[in-house]
Amino acid sequence: MAPAQLSQAELDRRKTVGINPETVTNITSTDFPGHHPGEDAAWSIDRFSKGLEVKFHKNSYDEATFSLIGIDASVANAFRRILIAEVPTLAIETCYFNNNTSVIADEVLAHRLGLIPLKGSLRGLDYLKWYVRPDPENGIEGMDPSDYNTVVLNLYVKCEWKPNPPENGEPEEKYNHSNVYARDIKWEPMGRQKEEFEDLEIQPVNPDILIAKLRPGQEIDIVMHANLGKGGDHAKFSPVGTATYRLLPKIEILKPILNQDALEFQKCFPAGVIDVEYVDAKAVTENERLRPHEGEQYAKVKDPMKDTVSRECLRHDKFKGKVKLGRVQDHFIFQVESTGQFPSDRLFLESVKVLKYKAQTLLRALDNIDS
Amino acid sequence: MSNSAERDTEMANGEAEEDSADEQELLLGGLEKLVILPGQTSHAASFQIEQEDHTLGNSLRYFINKNPDVEFCGYTIPHPSETKMHIRIQTWEDTPTTAFDALRKGLEDMIEACDVVTEKFTDARDGFEASKQ
Repeated sequence: MAPAQLSQAELDRRKTVGINPETVTNITSTDFPGHHPGEDAAWSIDRFSKGLEVKFHKNSYDEATFSLIGIDASVANAFRRILIAEVPTLAIETCYFNNNTSVIADEVLAHRLGLIPLKGSLRGLDYLKWYVRPDPENGIEGMDPSDYNTVVLNLYVKCEWKPNPPENGEPEEKYNHSNVYARDIKWEPMGRQKEEFEDLEIQPVNPDILIAKLRPGQEIDIVMHANLGKGGDHAKFSPVGTATYRLLPKIEILKPILNQDALEFQKCFPAGVIDVEYVDAKAVTENERLRPHEGEQYAKVKDPMKDTVSRECLRHDKFKGKVKLGRVQDHFIFQVESTGQFPSDRLFLESVKVLKYKAQTLLRALDNIDS
Repeated sequence: MSNSAERDTEMANGEAEEDSADEQELLLGGLEKLVILPGQTSHAASFQIEQEDHTLGNSLRYFINKNPDVEFCGYTIPHPSETKMHIRIQTWEDTPTTAFDALRKGLEDMIEACDVVTEKFTDARDGFEASKQ
């Protein structure tokens, strides 16, 4: 059977999630073979490639916002989940305490150190490999720490009296090193690390993180080993502060909303979503329903992306039947906020790489079984 | 600490692929990545996949369901504290496609899709960066 010619309106209806006063409708995707009789919904890379669109809204090191249009929720969600829990990241994993006479217990200090985000040359980070800790009791052979899987960092701080301290001064005025900051963590290059990380040495992303407070005579001396890890194992390995997406809101004005009502309608939405304009010749050509109201003010959707879909407009009787709210099922507005180890856009590319790697690994396992 | 020199000679012998396979084995800690569960027939099988969750489960389910020869595909994580994911595939009995074929095609389609996403994303970003200047 030849696929029926579908109107744009029908296609739009299919991929619009309905948002009603008390319910949501049309949530699940229906683009599977056999769902719509006579249509070819089989996977086709050409169709996917033609339908996929990426639009950037913001791209800085710390934050990237972009739209992924024409992708299924299951795949978009896979990327989001991978960003949070599976992109490999470098963080302090093991602490060897040579000395700690501060008031903070070793284990608490070790935990704090682990949570400090690190940065370093991207080339160097690419060079790093997984480290598997030996665990003979559970039959895990593991591996030796080496320059390609372990980064060594040192923290040595000793608090002392300043010469001629003021009698009633602040601790900072009276002692040297009364505060231990992330900037006091020093990297010790091993083997080839010196050349791999020559563009940017390994260091904390934010040098001003307060780690501990000391008083004269107290001393902290720690050797730390940083390894690659996954956010799923510990949050310190998560490369993002947040990685979220939301569906593009859709506001349809079914009947003209005019004058005072238009201004009230505008107030139901965040600033910039709805525009109130005078009906002119151009507006009439765009929407024939506006013809009798030339010269009056009318409400117009300006930027649905800014909407929060609060549904406030659905609470007013005067807008009943005049507006329809929804969300576009395959338009994902991603927001990725990096912790500083990788640029945010790069993180998304890494997440795609991880998903591909997962599929390749499974394919290899399947080949081993099949043959 | 040992040095990366030994590793380099390994890599030079073109064993990068094997290297990654070895790495996988180490991370699995001796478990099988893929196991076929009992009850397999000519057009249906359930697979147990080690160290995977909803990330791969749901997206793989999507790609396998996109195959017209597939009658049913669903996944489950039988127990939340075990890192195992089960995926069930049934294909139509009037097609030559087996559950294995459907799984293979699903994975291949996913790899293809990832390449397209990478390409489009990179283009869009480069275009955006260029337009900023």
